[in-house]
Order: sequence, then C-alpha cells, then structure tokens
Amino acid sequence: MTTISVTVNGKQYTRDVEPRMLLVHFLREQLNLTGTHIGCDTSQCGACVVHLNGVSVKSCTTLAVQADGATVTTIEGLANGATLHPLQEGFWEKHGLQCGYCTPGMIMAAADLLKHNPNPSDAEIRHGLEGNLCRCTGYENIVKAVRYAADKMSVTTAD
Amino acid sequence: MIPSAFAYFAPTSVAEAISLLEQYGDEAKILAGGHSLIPAMKLRLAAPSVLIDITKIAELRGVVINGSINIGALTTWHTIEYHDGLKGVCGVLPEAVAQIGDIQVRNRGTLGGALAHADPSADATAVVLALDAQIRTHGPGGERTIAASDFFTDMLSTALEPNELITAVICNKLGAGEGAAYAKFPHPASRYAIVGAAAYVKLSGGKVSACRVAITGAGPVPTRQAETEQALLNSDGSDEAVAKATEESGTTMDVLGDIHASEDYRRAMVKVYTKRALTTALARARG
Ligand SMILES: Cc1cc2nc3c(=O)[nH]c(=O)nc-3n(C[C@H](O)[C@H](O)[C@H](O)COP(=O)(O)OP(=O)(O)OC[C@H]3O[C@@H](n4cnc5c(N)ncnc54)[C@H](O)[C@@H]3O)c2cc1C
Ligand code: FES
Ligand code: FES
Repeated sequence: MTTISVTVNGKQYTRDVEPRMLLVHFLREQLNLTGTHIGCDTSQCGACVVHLNGVSVKSCTTLAVQADGATVTTIEGLANGATLHPLQEGFWEKHGLQCGYCTPGMIMAAADLLKHNPNPSDAEIRHGLEGNLCRCTGYENIVKAVRYAADKMSVTTAD
Repeated sequence: MIPSAFAYFAPTSVAEAISLLEQYGDEAKILAGGHSLIPAMKLRLAAPSVLIDITKIAELRGVVINGSINIGALTTWHTIEYHDGLKGVCGVLPEAVAQIGDIQVRNRGTLGGALAHADPSADATAVVLALDAQIRTHGPGGERTIAASDFFTDMLSTALEPNELITAVICNKLGAGEGAAYAKFPHPASRYAIVGAAAYVKLSGGKVSACRVAITGAGPVPTRQAETEQALLNSDGSDEAVAKATEESGTTMDVLGDIHASEDYRRAMVKVYTKRALTTALARARG
C-alpha cells in the first residue's frame, strides 16, 4: 500500500492505495465519484476522461499513485454550484446524449478541446473527440452541444 | 480489468532509475506515458512485478533547439504537437504526432516510450527513420548513441539493452532545400497506422541529393525503403520520377495482413502513401 494525497474537485483526500489501482477505480470506488465511467478494457472509449492537473486524461490508463499530489477534476466538479458548465448546458439543450454513458467523458474531453481551440469548426470538434466513442447518438448532437458551449463561452469571455 | 500486483518506484534521476533496473532486472518495467504499457498490463499481456515510473525525472522532459534538435524521452506528443520552435525547423514531427490516437493519448504518450515499445503501427518510428535521428540511451555502462536505422531490430524489439533507458532523440534542423512529410492511413477506431509513410528529401541544384523513406504499419518492423531512395536520388524529383521510385516501395519488406487490411491491400497502400509523403516533402523542399 502507498499513501497518496489527491485534491479532487477542490477537496483533498488522503488514502492508502495499491500501486496497481487505476485512477478510475480510485475515483469510483474509494471516493464514490461514480460520474466517471468505464466503457472498455482497451483505453479506446474515453468514458473515463477526467482532468489531471488541468489536462484531460483517460483515468483507466493512469495509476492512482501517479495522481499523488495532483489536482483532479471530474464531471461532478465541473458545474459552478447550481449553475451548469456551458458544456453541460449544451448537452442538455442540444440533446447531446441518449443513454448518457459516454457523456461525462465526452464533456471532460470537450472541455480540454475548447481550452486549446475556443472556436472549433465542426470538423475540429469531431477530430478533437476522436478518443470518445458513443453508441447512441451518432455524434450529430454531440457536435452541436460542443458548438453551443463554444458560442456561449466566447460570449462570456467577450463580456 | 486490473493489472497484476507490482512494487512501484518513482525515481527522480536517471542514475537512480538505472540502479533500480540493475537491481530488479527482468522483473522490472519502465513506465513513461503508460499508453502502451498500462493497456497491456490491464489485459495481463504484461505483468511486471516492479514498475519504475520515470515521469518524475525532470531532465528527461522538453525540447531544446540549438545547432540540432534534442527532444527528451519523456516529452509528450502534446508538447511536440504544440511546440512553436519545432514547426519551423522540423515541421514533420508535429505533423505526424498530431495524427496519433486522440487528445488524451497525446497528453500522456511520450516519444521515448513509443520508440522503446516499437509498436509495428506506431507513427514516430517511421519519422525518426526518415529524419535519420540519433537515439541517446543511458545504461549502467554510461551513454550510447544509436542511429535510428540500427534501432528497430524486430517486431516490438529494439537495440536497447535491458538495463538501458532512452534519454533523448536528436535530429537535424531542416534548412533551405530540405523537406519532410508524413502521410498516414489511420485505423478508423484506434488511429494507429494501417500504413504510414515518412519521407525526407534534399534538393541541390535542382537534383535530389538526399532521400530517405520509411514505412510503418505495413509490416512487423518500421523499414527504410532503400530501393525507392536509390531510384529518386539524382533525379529531378518530378512527378514522373516520384511515380517511378514509388513503384519500388514495400517490394522487399515483410508485409503482414490482418482483419483490418490484407497483405495485398497494405502493399498497394504502401505505394500510395509513399507517393503522397514524397510529393509533399518535395514541395516543401522547393519552398
Ligand atoms: C487508444 C490508443 C491509441 C493510440 N494510437 C496511436 C497512434 O495512432 N499512433 C501511435 O504511434 N501510437 C498510438 N498509441 C500509442 C501511444 O502513442 C503510446 O503512448 C506510445 O506508443 C508509448 O509511449 P508511452 O510513453 O505511453 O510508453 P509506456 O506505455 O509508458 O511504455 C511503453 C514501453 O516502453 C518502455 N519505455 C518507456 N519509456 C522508456 C524509456 N525512456 N526508455 C526505455 N524504455 C522505455 C516501457 O517499459 C514499455 O515497455 C495509442 C495508444 C492508445 C491507448
Ligand atoms: S474506460 Fe475506455 S478509455 Fe478509459
Ligand atoms: S449517449 Fe449512449 S453512449 Fe453516448
């Protein structure tokens, strides 16, 4: 066992973990933050995407011990109190989900995409979400949801 | 799926990492970006009992451009993709790297990890071959420099000794008259190369005075295409010359077929992508 200390969604947690514990299991099973999903065994689906020190990563392909001393944001930490993040609002408004399984990872990946490219074209949104698979929507409304958030965020920054 | 149990070390210097490698030998594995190793451990295709996480070794990270280009082994794809300096002096690197996997893979995966792993479908392997890069390693006996052309020895196998680390990759800046390009046919789900072609050319007095072409994805090992290179050398680099040289591409290398693409199809694509990479490299060399 190794003792790690991680700040998740603004709150610091100190826990003993086995080195082989994946970050996604740490979040879901030790911290009960089950918004981060597991959709595959091959690091390909993106359901598990969280931000580690502000950068989007697949938490199924990161060890919990590697997050020692780091800051993690999960889907549960994205809203500002009762106010949804523009991406959450966009997925709501544009029906960017059906079953919702892929949605947390989709939103966390899109947040990183918008950080590097605040005004992406539809093609750039699709390319930027290459690591996120959705079995339901056909992606159309996901692209619209991200577009909605990009527009809303650019208005907010222009203010 | 959960990896089998292992002891975890996170050294902060190269010397410390090497002494751990010496101590634990075959049982130990280096962990860099983890985007080849952790998936393999989850599927229990790899089950090291000791993991040496080198991501805390700051000296292995970053790009330095002076007389040549020195890229630390731990430099992530993301850093290479967005590096301002690299675009001007070796644009083929960010061009190729931007096509790897997805944003999350590029945020974690490293150049040193990809070369050490030598996945037959990796992108960077072909690029370092075309750039004639040098791979700097460090082991118990000190430092070595291995030419990329001597590095990839077999499927998933390299000239790296068991107790050695890759510390950096060194390549030349591209100047006037030089051009390089990477053209890739990605697997639609994983984005790994079904076929990838990297090309470098130098023009002197209107003639091709240097040329290197490397193919990844098609066979077990990333492979230089000596016949194509020879055919283009001393030519005027015209479309006809490229078409002729391209006919040689892939003809003498091992090519594998699988459920994604048959051997014949891959052989055909090797020619198509060789032509695209060479044509773009030549256009860039002309400026
Ligand atoms: C979904 C997905 C899609 C991908 N798509 C692509 C793609 O399109 N193209 C592509 O090229 N790659 C792709 N990859 C692979 C990715 O780029 C890997 O990150 C890379 O191949 C390995 O680098 P790493 O730093 O993650 O290495 P790790 O996984 O940490 O290590 C890989 C191997 O190299 C050894 N090693 C690592 N660093 C060193 C070092 N400095 N010295 C000695 N040995 C070392 C390790 O012991 C291990 O055996 C993909 C991966 C995933 C999960
Ligand atoms: S669970 Fe599928 S990529 Fe992490
Ligand atoms: S909404 Fe069901 S997987 Fe995307």
